[in-house]
Amino acid sequence: MNSIHDMGGMHGFGPIAVESNEPVFHEDWEGRVYALAITWYPWARYKEWGSFRHTQEKIPPKNYLSMSYYERWFFVNEQKALQTGIVTENELKNGLADPGYLIPQLEPQSGSWLNSGRLDQEIDAKFEAGGFVRAKEINGREHNRLPRYVRGKKGTVIKGNGVYALQDTNEEDEQPYDDPQHVYTVRFSSKELWGNVSHENDFIYLDLWESYLEFA
Amino acid sequence: MSRDGQKIDRRKFLKGAAVGAAAVSSAAISNAQDVESADHQHVPSDIALRVKALETVLTGKNLVDPSVLDEVVDRYKNRIGPQNGAKVVAKAWVDSDYKTRLLDDGTAAIGELDLLGRQGEHMVVVENTAEVHNLVVCTLCSCYPWPTLGLPPAWYKSSAYRARAVIEPRAVLLEFGLEVSDETEVRVWDSTAEMRYLVLPRKPEGADDMNEEELANIVTRDSMIGVAVL
Repeated sequence: MNSIHDMGGMHGFGPIAVESNEPVFHEDWEGRVYALAITWYPWARYKEWGSFRHTQEKIPPKNYLSMSYYERWFFVNEQKALQTGIVTENELKNGLADPGYLIPQLEPQSGSWLNSGRLDQEIDAKFEAGGFVRAKEINGREHNRLPRYVRGKKGTVIKGNGVYALQDTNEEDEQPYDDPQHVYTVRFSSKELWGNVSHENDFIYLDLWESYLEFA
Repeated sequence: MSRDGQKIDRRKFLKGAAVGAAAVSSAAISNAQDVESADHQHVPSDIALRVKALETVLTGKNLVDPSVLDEVVDRYKNRIGPQNGAKVVAKAWVDSDYKTRLLDDGTAAIGELDLLGRQGEHMVVVENTAEVHNLVVCTLCSCYPWPTLGLPPAWYKSSAYRARAVIEPRAVLLEFGLEVSDETEVRVWDSTAEMRYLVLPRKPEGADDMNEEELANIVTRDSMIGVAVL
């Protein structure tokens, strides 16, 4: 989807603020959110990171920018807990599990988000190293991993990285089944991407699923 | 499984999801409004309570074990961090065979040191040379090689870094105090899929007498992201 999370190339955010001696977590709740996300999340039946990321991306831009990184993570935890019916609004309000509330029977998805999405499948690769490709224009409201700044742009395939489940979701954040595809590292010149503000010796590399690419 | 089978699963899935979806309110979003515009700073005062509430409710349903959460927090606070990536770099500096393996297949070579793991399952190591400088970013979220570098610093997750690293990497590097000559090729790695990137910095001059352990102590996190040299 085309929203604020897709930041590559934007202006206006100012200098990069660097904090010296930064702690891993600034507040205790950040650590709890992080740990919650990577431990209980499989119960939500959502596979891999696509669903997690899409839930964040659907936060309206104004809110997205005003939330910290772990606030966004918490938002996903809370939303998924509610959406799946694992917890209720009342339980969250009271801070207590209601013993009379039965969790809907959740069928675990095959595979697990704890894995990387790498699939041991033999599929013919459409592109090969050295070939020219163009990133497609994909502008739906679904989740994908194709930044706007490369769409329609031409690049060179550097190498194939094997077969992975496509991380795209539908509009409802779901990835109900695996769509195995080759993932390629593609090199784009700064000139191709940024034109008048480019540098002739800058190159940008992205890892892109096969369905994002066409021959150029 | 056939496509038809998948469609049935999918229908069941949608039906199940619809049960809870109707109950979702926009409370979480509206609670996040009216905070200062910054990537990390002022947060709503009640978020700690809301986090506690969710953890308590999930614990009450036996879906979460707080001691497991404690363990995860401890691991990322104290055991997983850039000191791990530094071991990889130092080994590559003293062992040319290892360096060859590392650049050829980062996953296998880092696996030799038992430093693979979540968000670092598939590793690519890119080497800085006299001709090439590498820089790592994730413009879409904040992908980062957790097992070798730990969790990312706030600046790596900031809108400014995510926005600027791909369009003006040299200006970004200059802000970090690093001037890269026009003749040097700058390669920016935007982590858009499952590969996670680690920069192999150049060994500093005058470090030839140091052993592997001493070398590991001089490797910084920023040098392995590419915003610093040693």
